[in-house]
Amino acid sequence: MKTHKYDTVIVGAGGAGMRAAIEATKRSRTAVLTKLYPTRSHTGAAQGGMAAALANVEEDNWEWHTFDTVKGGDYLVDQDAAEILAKEAIDAVLDLEKMGLPFNRTPDGTIDQRRFGGHSRNHGEAPVRRSCYAADRTGHMILQTLYQNCVKEGVEFYNEFYVLDLLMSEVDGVKRTAGVVAYELATGEIHVFQAKAVVFASGGNGKFFKVSSNAHTLTGDGQAAAFRRGLPLEDMEFFQFHPTGIWRMGILLTEGARGEGGILRNKDGERFMEKYAPVMKDLASRDVVSRSIYTEIREGRGCGPEGDHVYLDLTHLPPEQLDAKLPDITEFARTYLGIEPYTDPIPIQPTAHYAMGGIPTNVQGEVLADNTTVVPGLYAAGEVACVSVHGANRLGTNSLLDINVFGRRAGVAAAEYAATADYVDLPEDPAAFVQGQVEALRSSEGSERVTEIRKALQETMDKNVMVFRTEQTLKEAVEEIASLRKRYRSVSVQDKGKRFNTDLLEAIELGNLLDLAEVTAVSALARKESRGGHYREDYPNRDDVNFMRHTMAYREVGDDGTESIRLDYKPVVQTRYQPMERKY
Amino acid sequence: MATPVMEKSQAGAGGTAGDSPYITATFRIRRFNPEVSDEVTWQDFELEIDPKERVLDALHKIKWEIDGTLTFRRSCAHGICGSDAMRINGRNRLACKTLIKDINPDKPITIEPIKGLTVQKDLVVDMEPFFQAYRDVMPFLITKGNEPTRERLQSAEDRERFDDTTKCILCAACTSSCPVFWNDGQYFGPAAIVNAHRFIFDSRDEGGEQRLEILNDREGVWRCRTTFNCTEACPRGIEITKAIQEVKRALITRRY
Repeated sequence: MKTHKYDTVIVGAGGAGMRAAIEATKRSRTAVLTKLYPTRSHTGAAQGGMAAALANVEEDNWEWHTFDTVKGGDYLVDQDAAEILAKEAIDAVLDLEKMGLPFNRTPDGTIDQRRFGGHSRNHGEAPVRRSCYAADRTGHMILQTLYQNCVKEGVEFYNEFYVLDLLMSEVDGVKRTAGVVAYELATGEIHVFQAKAVVFASGGNGKFFKVSSNAHTLTGDGQAAAFRRGLPLEDMEFFQFHPTGIWRMGILLTEGARGEGGILRNKDGERFMEKYAPVMKDLASRDVVSRSIYTEIREGRGCGPEGDHVYLDLTHLPPEQLDAKLPDITEFARTYLGIEPYTDPIPIQPTAHYAMGGIPTNVQGEVLADNTTVVPGLYAAGEVACVSVHGANRLGTNSLLDINVFGRRAGVAAAEYAATADYVDLPEDPAAFVQGQVEALRSSEGSERVTEIRKALQETMDKNVMVFRTEQTLKEAVEEIASLRKRYRSVSVQDKGKRFNTDLLEAIELGNLLDLAEVTAVSALARKESRGGHYREDYPNRDDVNFMRHTMAYREVGDDGTESIRLDYKPVVQTRYQPMERKY
Repeated sequence: MATPVMEKSQAGAGGTAGDSPYITATFRIRRFNPEVSDEVTWQDFELEIDPKERVLDALHKIKWEIDGTLTFRRSCAHGICGSDAMRINGRNRLACKTLIKDINPDKPITIEPIKGLTVQKDLVVDMEPFFQAYRDVMPFLITKGNEPTRERLQSAEDRERFDDTTKCILCAACTSSCPVFWNDGQYFGPAAIVNAHRFIFDSRDEGGEQRLEILNDREGVWRCRTTFNCTEACPRGIEITKAIQEVKRALITRRY
């Protein structure tokens, strides 16, 4: 075991982690621990753009953007946070441009903007051009630009270090952050990082679904570590299904395709979104479009021999426009489907995409231990966190914005805290949990295999916790996950070595996914209403009287060691906007 | 409005119900684990697999169902993150962007780590020298004077000038396909030059001179022998050899 000491430790090197690192490194001695090389992070897969009311191409302002974000989130958004997001969006985009990000340009040389789902002029009148973009590789450009600036600032990275535990110590009755424990992939060595401030920026947990746009590595390691240490997880039942994933594979095809004029069609060639969203049509919010697609499929208007998908039609767009604005996704269609998007429509289906929920934070990025109490020294930003700016459904282009605005805020706040705070003593035997976990897996002779449990988990999540949910499907999921968790106790790995043991780490990641899937299903079962990404067929309406509140899930351990999930609720922050019926 | 009837293009994932899409293919993989032995071995795995699947899917099938010790890097699985560059049938490719049907599955498909970087285990190589070369070319925007309050202006043409080299995902497929790099690990290699190009030809950047001096070094662009391996290897379709030539020309003319 090795120990290290830093003022600030950042967990994860995607957009949020690196944006935080650029700030924290200027202000404090900072280390970034990341399980992937920084440029491998899934921020790089984001395509369509980053929202900001620059008003470069048409009238726009941050208040309209705030409203769209609140409405898009089906009024579960904390409105103070949404206002910060929309206001700071403008500087966040300009900062990236100054760091070198190669945005597409208007004829005047300013940053070009395009339409995106749910973003409108004057509170829903018509689509507005708010998304700042770089072809369909905006996330790639953000990730590269942030890494480039980390190189410039001399940010210290520990690459391929898996953070598996959060350390907290009680000081005068208050739990304070003491550091983290990491597993080094190359050597199998365990490292304790003592830190005054820790920022979790470790990304999402979409890999518990089968059809998913998420990378294999998005296993919710940060959320699971916090939850295990008694911290709550907020709004985990809200998971976004992006309307246009490549059929059966789930690979993302940007909403920018519809922003450029792409149209969704059923087997009759009908532009079915006109029925469901007369004003915004194909550019309604993602939850609305995903439900509409599945409604078409369920009512027998799906395409293909099994009627299990619909088409994204780009054939009416000029090839030059596709080449200039959508080069990557058209290449995906060619590579993975053998389809030429100039002439043929692309088969698509909704794909599990983004966790709206996560580790609760306030607008400074400080992690909450309950509805109001801050954990001193602990921060979170990006998909791992729940501020909540996305509420029940995130708008497209608001996640690249979120990582920049709240990544920056968390980095500044963590480093400023570290500048004045003292180190907290490490708990006794700080690496005990991780050592135990790793040794147990290495020595296990159990008969269960990771691959089978993961497959069963993904299948039950796709079947029961997807776009349409009912009491029955959710109960089935909860039971199935409980039985999988039991089986997981007898899981064993084939690779018993220390060097680059990815077999072992996949087993640990599966454990994290199981924990989070259970929280997701349990939270969804208790929310007896439909709101944003959470749609209950048995409760098809939004219920503001009983459920205009955030779910807070806690892990409870009984005296006999039995684990359970306790649900509590937190009020939504409302400032300007009263809940209205949501129409697009 | 004319609405096309959608019945085209049933190609792609899966086939029509009834006929089995599966074939039998052999994957011949170079194995090395110094924790167990200093010997390199080749191991064959026979799989029943849909040829429309990716090589990465085959590697997962082996790891998840046959041999958990098989070790490789991967993340996004669709050619964006750059984790899984490897040598497949003697050519550098991303495993997640290569369909089995496109690499002649009638014969054993060979898979080995990319060359010129130290192998650490199976298909995993030490990426540190690669990233060090990248960091050495100062891959970030360098500007002088005061920052403008709004964005810097750039014409669409000026933005287009360096578009090709912004696509790089740092997968190392190019650098590890370069015979000069194989023989001389000190050579910056194509990827670092591509990333220098991305800034040298960016109209907003004022660090071109510094970067050109770095690449004027004996381990710099002049070592390139224009074999085009890099261009062929690039999974992003970047015209790498052309970019290197442009950097060479900029060094001679000092115009860029």
